[in-house]
Amino acid sequence: MSDSTVRIALVLPDLLGTYGDFGNAVVLDKRLAWRGISSEIISVNFGEAVPDSCDIYVVGGGEDTAQTLAVRHLRDNPGLQRAAARGAVVLGVCAGIQIFGEKFTRADDVTHPGLGLIDSVSYAGGSRAIGEVLAKPANGLFEGFLTGFENHQGRTELGPAAQPLAHVTVGTGNDGKVEGAVQGKILCTYLHGPVLPRNPQIADLLIEWATGVKLSPLDLPAVTRLRAERSKAAGQRADA
Amino acid sequence: MSSKLSQKMGLGAGGMIGGRVALKLDPQALRRLTTGRRVALVTGTNGKTTSTMMLSRAVTALGEVATNHSGANMPDGHVTALSKQPDAPYAVLEVDEGYFPAVAAAAQPDVVVLLNLSRDQLDRVGEVRTIERSLRDTIARLRGCTVIANCDDIMVTSAAKDAHRVVWVATGTGWHHDSASCPRCGEPIRWQGEHWQCSTCDLARPKPDWVTTDGFLIAPNASKVALSLRLPGKFNQANAVMATAAAAALGVQIEEAVRRLRGVSNVAGRYRMIQRSGHTARLLLSKNPAGWSETLTVVKESDHPAVLVINANEADGRDLSWLWDVPFERLRGRTVIASGERATDLAVRLTYAEVEHKIVPDPLLAIDALPEGAVEVIANYTAFRDLNARSASE
Repeated sequence: MSDSTVRIALVLPDLLGTYGDFGNAVVLDKRLAWRGISSEIISVNFGEAVPDSCDIYVVGGGEDTAQTLAVRHLRDNPGLQRAAARGAVVLGVCAGIQIFGEKFTRADDVTHPGLGLIDSVSYAGGSRAIGEVLAKPANGLFEGFLTGFENHQGRTELGPAAQPLAHVTVGTGNDGKVEGAVQGKILCTYLHGPVLPRNPQIADLLIEWATGVKLSPLDLPAVTRLRAERSKAAGQRADA
Repeated sequence: MSSKLSQKMGLGAGGMIGGRVALKLDPQALRRLTTGRRVALVTGTNGKTTSTMMLSRAVTALGEVATNHSGANMPDGHVTALSKQPDAPYAVLEVDEGYFPAVAAAAQPDVVVLLNLSRDQLDRVGEVRTIERSLRDTIARLRGCTVIANCDDIMVTSAAKDAHRVVWVATGTGWHHDSASCPRCGEPIRWQGEHWQCSTCDLARPKPDWVTTDGFLIAPNASKVALSLRLPGKFNQANAVMATAAAAALGVQIEEAVRRLRGVSNVAGRYRMIQRSGHTARLLLSKNPAGWSETLTVVKESDHPAVLVINANEADGRDLSWLWDVPFERLRGRTVIASGERATDLAVRLTYAEVEHKIVPDPLLAIDALPEGAVEVIANYTAFRDLNARSASE
């Protein structure tokens, strides 16, 4: 960090904010604040330059057209890529996982180049994956389980440089087996919910990557209760 | 008979089953039942039921009106409503956005009211741009139809622009979070005060024919008419002006239309007051971020305790991510109870909004748990429906 305030960039919320992705930035901001670490959310809108000086970048999901525009904007204004190259933390959700890869192919069979931040390719699956997801951590990356809601047609294949975030227990994720991707300090997932309110351990992992500070857990009873409820609901999707 | 059966089985207010049977027996029922009538269709994300009720009240100035009052806004609901009033020369129908192309093709409306378009039930209805595209294609094909369109909504403007005839209404309301990029060409939209235009193509805010100002409408003939509505909020003023413009397109005099629609006070239970255990609770329905944002503005007029009720059944949309698009931060400092089948999701949202709250999943018990007096109850679709039914029966 260049100074004591953690700067969270909310990237193109006007294009990639379809699924409450603002919530991920809010959770990071509050979890920092509640531990006495100063932070701020910087919204980077369509048409504006992308700063390369932020500590954490949050990129959300969006519709197909919006996703194409977002890639073009991020390529023309490569602040996010410069920041990632120097080790800034990046969270990519849903469309995020697709546009960060080498390329992605839509349902109309047109292939678009991605930003090349993670070793992956995405393509349109035969059916839309919709519903509650439950997954177990891959490579001991985090504690407990991963919970979220998926709504996507894309499927993603990871190359050797990228690791999966989790192994799918219920739902589809990248391909029915693994969910998400981690490469350096870039973490991607298909899960909404949004993902960080439902998975505080992932939020804290991102904060620890950004600050180097080992955090003590926060006790938020509503979050504990929500995780239990959603895990149970995912079990019911599995039985259905 | 089947309507009664539907009511008995608790399947709804009996608005759909009869129509479903009729459509099965006669797939052309909608076309047949609208032939020979003057038809107005009302669609959009928010305000459909209220605007439909206002418009049907206004059009009674011209004659009997068949309408689907209960919010049964899919083709079976339309068939039921039309069958009940076979001789009504006018029909005013609320139409679900997803069904609009099919209904418009069958009904060949004289007037279409296009209120607003924003994100709603993404897992069921689909994404906003897909809806805009299908409305646009349908509207461009309608012959001899006048579209009443909200020019403060970019998606609506794009959907209505190619119509045979458009009457533009400045409602002062629009949800801008889904339209940073132009629905026509994808380039950024630029705003300057109330005016907006695409940075690249020719899509821009048209000059309004009707204007909504604080509590008044300004008609195309420059006359200013007081709305004096019984319903609260800016969005109901917008609904009223849209309905008046639509009524005028059908031939109702402006003052006459406003006089008739201003009497609307409770729309399928919305805004209804219920008395319970020393409480006077006002029931408010909000289904999506744009609706919640408007409703939070309405409840801000007082500091009454609030019960917020969230379900996520199929009719609500199962993905609750949208809770994070609602500015619940505005409720800081107020007594709040999180309720409904998904009270816990809401509680997490409120926690991060730093709004103190309790969790009471049953909304009636939540009202009971508050100090006696006025209470605002805001619920999403199935939560509202269930609460309305229970509070009527208890």
